[in-house]
Amino acid sequence: MKTIALFLTMILFQAIPKATMDRGRAVYEQNCLACHMEDGSGVPNLNPPLKKTQWVLGDKKRLIGVVMNGLNEEIVINGETYHNPMPGFDYLNDQQISDVLTYVRNSFGNKASPVTVQEVKAFRASNRK
Amino acid sequence: MRTLLLTLLSLVVLRAQANDSAAAGILLPKGFTSTVFADGLGKARHLAVHSNGDVYVKLEKLRDGKGILRLRDSDGDGRSDDTFGFGRYIGTGIAIQGGHLYASSNTEVFRYPLKADGSVDTMAGQRIVTGLLDKRQHASKSIALDGKGNIYVNIGAPSNNCQEQDRRKGSPGMDPCPILDSAGGIWMFDANGRDQSYGNGVRYATGLRNVVGLDWNRQAGDLYVTQHGRDMLHQFYPEMFDRKDGAESPAEELFRVRRGSDCGWPYCYFDNAKKKKLLNPEYGGDRTKAGPCDGKEKSIMQFPGHLAPNALLFYTGDQFPARYRNGAFIAFHGSWNRMPEPQEGYYVVFVPMKDGMPSGDWEVFADGFTGPYKDPARAQYRPTGLAQGPDGSLYVSDDQKGRVWKISYRKP
Repeated sequence: MKTIALFLTMILFQAIPKATMDRGRAVYEQNCLACHMEDGSGVPNLNPPLKKTQWVLGDKKRLIGVVMNGLNEEIVINGETYHNPMPGFDYLNDQQISDVLTYVRNSFGNKASPVTVQEVKAFRASNRK
Repeated sequence: MRTLLLTLLSLVVLRAQANDSAAAGILLPKGFTSTVFADGLGKARHLAVHSNGDVYVKLEKLRDGKGILRLRDSDGDGRSDDTFGFGRYIGTGIAIQGGHLYASSNTEVFRYPLKADGSVDTMAGQRIVTGLLDKRQHASKSIALDGKGNIYVNIGAPSNNCQEQDRRKGSPGMDPCPILDSAGGIWMFDANGRDQSYGNGVRYATGLRNVVGLDWNRQAGDLYVTQHGRDMLHQFYPEMFDRKDGAESPAEELFRVRRGSDCGWPYCYFDNAKKKKLLNPEYGGDRTKAGPCDGKEKSIMQFPGHLAPNALLFYTGDQFPARYRNGAFIAFHGSWNRMPEPQEGYYVVFVPMKDGMPSGDWEVFADGFTGPYKDPARAQYRPTGLAQGPDGSLYVSDDQKGRVWKISYRKP
């Protein structure tokens, strides 16, 4: 019983607030949707999908880095190669990047921990050249 | 006895399916039928048909380590029953002319002698062109030959619109655009040469962002190309282009190019709402200014934005009705950059032509490739390549799953 209660608490604790998801979706529609599509499915050969991939679900620092600095290298996901470069979006603020990455990590069938504003802030500080 | 009956019955059913357009899944004008000539080839890009009916397909992903497939229909039922692979490189371009099969990787062009018995001499392959630019974006090298000893190779610009920072909102366009020295145009080489590169070739036409479909029109004696227009007008300039404007513009364009043609990219785009070639916003454009664009080569036909014309073929056969003769078929791969408006394309169109110029509006010729979802990831098939068979049939390839259709016409 205690275990179940703990489990439920964990799930509740992990649920992403609706306000965060709504803000993230707005940033996504403005900046990401044109290439990655409404359902995160991407475009074969060109723009990678955002679902079921470690690029999104894995290391948060790498993910923040892709959004901030862009990505101009060939990447392979589930055996498929994607060729279009992505520009950097460092002009989005820490809150926007935190919201959109939390949204992407919890949409299209994805479920992963949120990306906090602190994590984005820390990355941006270390990212200065 | 029952087994025999069942076998006979299933043969009849199979036969009916093979000859039924509905089974082939695509919609065609009255009198046309299609068969699935081959299936499951993977990323089947362009294709070419030899005079003996063998179909050669270039693959963008190796299949059993091979990048070119020869498909043969030895019993004449409209389906390939014999596959042979060779060429250990991926790519898009493939063509047959003067007893040779030509095929391209994303940096090189090769050719192989076709022997009198119809077979290809894979051991005698020669490298015609080498060292072409490949920066992943728009890297495919489509090819066409003019029958006069020249081969034309598209070198797509590795860029959306030659901004200082590619695809970054607000980044200005570079002027002059340095990409045009080695890409963003069509280069001409000697079809019988060896190991040619930029130094031996001629920049035949420039100001073309990315051309995947091109063909030599024998009747007109000119090269024709279909350009993929730029992306992101709405996303970068929402104050100038609303969602619908960004989906409809710029036009995808059909050009008749001559040696020295400058088609305007990255400075110019064709605005489908204004019906005019205008200055791109990265270069100070405001949807009114034409600036240098008045002096650039004009396209001879425009299509809705982002449809991705991936193949162009002038029909020279006599199997189809007379109005198709010397007209242009264009395979539209289908859009992605029309979001959030609905996607469009994913069909083969026909453009009636007379004396090398369009003689009427374009029309959808073959449709129904996508199945229920018209979007790039979920489309069942996406038209990619076109070729004409020796009997005047039209072949269409798909690079989503690797299906090849053979389209024929029978007088009603």
